[in-house]
Amino acid sequence: MLLFLILPIINTVSTSAGGLGEAITTAETVNAILTSFFAAYLATLITFFFGVPLAYTLARYEFKGKSLVDAIIDLPILIPHNAAGISLLMLLGPRSLIGGGFSSLGVSFVDTIFGVVAAMVFVSSPFMIRSAEEAFKSVNPELEKVARSLGASTFNAFKNVTFPLAFRGILTGCLLTWARSISEFGAVVVLAYYPKTAAVHLYDVFVNWGLSAAAPITALLIILAVTIFTVIKLITAKPLKPSFS
Amino acid sequence: MSIKIENLSKKWVNFAIKNINLEINRGEYFVILGPTGAGKTLLLELIAGFYTPDTGKIIIDTVDVTSFPPEKRRLGYVPQNYMLFPHMTVEENVEFGLKMHGFSRLKRKKMVDEVLELAGLSKLRSRLPETLSGGEKQKTALARALIIKPKILLLDEPLSALDVNTQKKLREELKKLHENLNITTIHVTHNHSEAYFLAEKLAIMKDGTIIQKGSPDEVFYKPKNNFVASFVGFENLFDGKIVERHGNLVVVDIGNIKVEAVTSLEAEKCTLGVRPDDIIILESPSKSSMRNLLKGKISNFMSMGSIVNLTVKVKEKSFMVLITKRSFEEMNLQKGKEVYIAFKASSVHVM
Repeated sequence: MLLFLILPIINTVSTSAGGLGEAITTAETVNAILTSFFAAYLATLITFFFGVPLAYTLARYEFKGKSLVDAIIDLPILIPHNAAGISLLMLLGPRSLIGGGFSSLGVSFVDTIFGVVAAMVFVSSPFMIRSAEEAFKSVNPELEKVARSLGASTFNAFKNVTFPLAFRGILTGCLLTWARSISEFGAVVVLAYYPKTAAVHLYDVFVNWGLSAAAPITALLIILAVTIFTVIKLITAKPLKPSFS
Repeated sequence: MSIKIENLSKKWVNFAIKNINLEINRGEYFVILGPTGAGKTLLLELIAGFYTPDTGKIIIDTVDVTSFPPEKRRLGYVPQNYMLFPHMTVEENVEFGLKMHGFSRLKRKKMVDEVLELAGLSKLRSRLPETLSGGEKQKTALARALIIKPKILLLDEPLSALDVNTQKKLREELKKLHENLNITTIHVTHNHSEAYFLAEKLAIMKDGTIIQKGSPDEVFYKPKNNFVASFVGFENLFDGKIVERHGNLVVVDIGNIKVEAVTSLEAEKCTLGVRPDDIIILESPSKSSMRNLLKGKISNFMSMGSIVNLTVKVKEKSFMVLITKRSFEEMNLQKGKEVYIAFKASSVHVM
């Protein structure tokens, strides 16, 4: 299994190493990569602000309709991503009620960075919510009770106790959300072909110029992804505090 | 501060706290004793303000705090297993409450230094909870709760996570601490000896209700009913009928066995309770001040270290008796041996 996962990557990188230099210096490729990184960053930020409170609610409270909420959260994983793109287009397109409303405010989702971000948020939010939910579940609610008894408001108990203890899990959620956003193609290509993200650009090059032109860009994307993942993993693996000092 | 709990009830899915009434005086050490699942922790959490009761009131001094959130009640809460914040050092744990109450950095430092010194935790101030022993964790949790100068201290099974020796040591330290600070304390436990040792007043709780309350002597030696009696150590319980009365001295028939007891109970039908450690074993009937002398046969014994738990069958009734291992060996006791059991009439509790 591991071989099946690693071989295509090694093969792509090793056979395309020669064209890497050219790929790095092509403005269009660099712009597409930067667009992907920036849009994924925004998508992660939005998912963090809205997803973490939802995750906390799911981890701590029982309420009517919880299973329905659970099912809705997992929906983006189940539906094909181009279908997700079409659904988003129908919802956020200029002729729809919501899209029209945004249009009047000067915000358009079709072929804009907002569209890229919206598509990314839709497909990647389950990763943030589920990671954060698990992280919150692993924090004993008794700790919050003690914090409250010591004078902390609900928010302060969350900020000073629960959040720091769930931080690593939430960070993993951010990492997964960001990674999933960068790799998104299906939903993005339907809603916002432009500005081109790395995945859309790669598809464009592949369709117009063939495999040999697409391979170095693929290799570059793989190398970037592996490097960033390794760096973040190293940072998050550090203990929060030494046991003795 | 004093605390008054009036008609407190709270229903959960499968459990309910029912109509609790308690009055705890200023500076009193009050123990709530009960088996697992009695609702002791939930009662403590209602007092702490983590849940809102369905009915009833909690009044601290003269203020009705029933609707107050926990952070507005200023009660020191030490939960089971202490629940120290695992990402904070001992010092940060102790400082937490002061931070939340808005004390300045300078004031916090001074107060934390004092409390750590007092609790003997100064050397451990930079340690994380995971590196502390059970006793050190307990001291840190207590210091964290006490530093905010709480009106009342709530302790949930504070000694149950410790080994027996540490338990005994910290039990004494809790008593000393209470004598020094004189803070009103509510301590929840299932441990009889802990309750008896620490309590100035205590209440027995079962299935969400308070069954009996009073001084430790009242509850431990004059239990109101069978449950309390067996819970506080009256392992020999027999239903019977009073057949003779000579003032307070009565003769109770517990089924072809006559037992003398001292009671003012007027009813005819009753239950007798005798503690296993109030009964002695004799090899032959000898004269003693004990009014009850019964012949029986050892039907079973169980050694528990320095103590042996004997079952002596007298006619159809089984009596549990505790004797020392040394006496057991010196008397050469064994299964099937005929012996006499003796106990005082005043040791028999009639309910």
